[in-house]
Amino acid sequence: MDHSFATPSGFRQRKLPPRMRMRGSAADMTDPNQLFEDTSTNTGSPGMGYRASETQSADFTAQSLLSDPMSNLAMVYGSSLATQGKDMVDKRLYQFIPISKLKYYFAVDTMYVGKKLGLLVFPYMHENWEVRYQQDTPVAPRFDINAPDLYIPAMAFLTYILVAGLALGTQNRFSPEILGMQASSALIWLIIEVGVTLLSLYIMTVNTDLTTIDLIAFSGYKYVGMIIGVLSGLIFGRICYYLMLLWCCIAIVVFMVRSLRLKILSEAAAEGKLIQGAKNQLRMYLTITIAAVQPIVMYLLTYHLVR
Amino acid sequence: MAFTLYSLIQAAILCVNAVAVLHEERFLSKIGWGADHGIGGFGDEPGIKSQLVNLIRSVRTVMRVPLIAVNSVTIVLLLLFG
Repeated sequence: MDHSFATPSGFRQRKLPPRMRMRGSAADMTDPNQLFEDTSTNTGSPGMGYRASETQSADFTAQSLLSDPMSNLAMVYGSSLATQGKDMVDKRLYQFIPISKLKYYFAVDTMYVGKKLGLLVFPYMHENWEVRYQQDTPVAPRFDINAPDLYIPAMAFLTYILVAGLALGTQNRFSPEILGMQASSALIWLIIEVGVTLLSLYIMTVNTDLTTIDLIAFSGYKYVGMIIGVLSGLIFGRICYYLMLLWCCIAIVVFMVRSLRLKILSEAAAEGKLIQGAKNQLRMYLTITIAAVQPIVMYLLTYHLVR
Repeated sequence: MAFTLYSLIQAAILCVNAVAVLHEERFLSKIGWGADHGIGGFGDEPGIKSQLVNLIRSVRTVMRVPLIAVNSVTIVLLLLFG
């Protein structure tokens, strides 16, 4: 097969015999896919993936690529470039958004979600609000109901936007742009809330292990109450909306105070003993303010939906 | 309360500009928030006032150059698009 060196199939439309042309095009269509898939499932590191792709392509070369070393080389080079590019993107992305830390917040299961939703609506019977630790790292939400997660806030946010669209539709005020407006309004309130909380935590030099993502999670729990209020207002009328919103507001205030007290206040003060100190008093005020802002935002974001 | 992302960016730019125009000698020292007043003791608790003074000073130092760029871009965009 001398002319195969000069004309790699698939790169130039030459008058190759039909058998070889079919094989060449089949190689181009199936092998890149299989190369990429095999590098991702076989090994994790890119160097090994490169070699694995070579061996994988060596397996397939028996059929088609032995006759085209040029296209074989090109495909292997392309796949190595792709893995390199993916690593670079991952590294850059990791600098801004810690992805492995994010994965912790989505490690939930159905029982956790059910119990947490019940806790958000009725937090009065729960006794132990501490997050269990496992060798200096918090336990995943799957195993500890007190750990904050991002699954419920994310889902509740999306459900809130859909419910808002539904509510506006019943008032004949719906248009697709309004969904975007609702989403950006709610998102910006969240950003403002988390920003002000971070600023006040910095100014008061509170040494906690509350990360930004924790604060986003805690601020996102109020969407659950908003959804319950709006849905009951849609089904049963305005009085029911006010009642359910009041219930959910009080519940979320109690939830936030009890959850944040352990993280912001010092050890002894969190256990209930009154420590006379300006610092602890300020921290208590901060906790109460964070909790009190939640009902205000809940009302602001839902009152125009139930008329 | 219809907020858009643009209104948030506008509010943030205005707030940072407001912090950046607080002059060190002419204003902050006069009301006792100057840099020399702020760094009092090196004890455990910096206190709210010294934290605020440090924050203002660091925002002014860090954001001076980026604010020039961001303000110019905003002015040009507002002139073009209203």
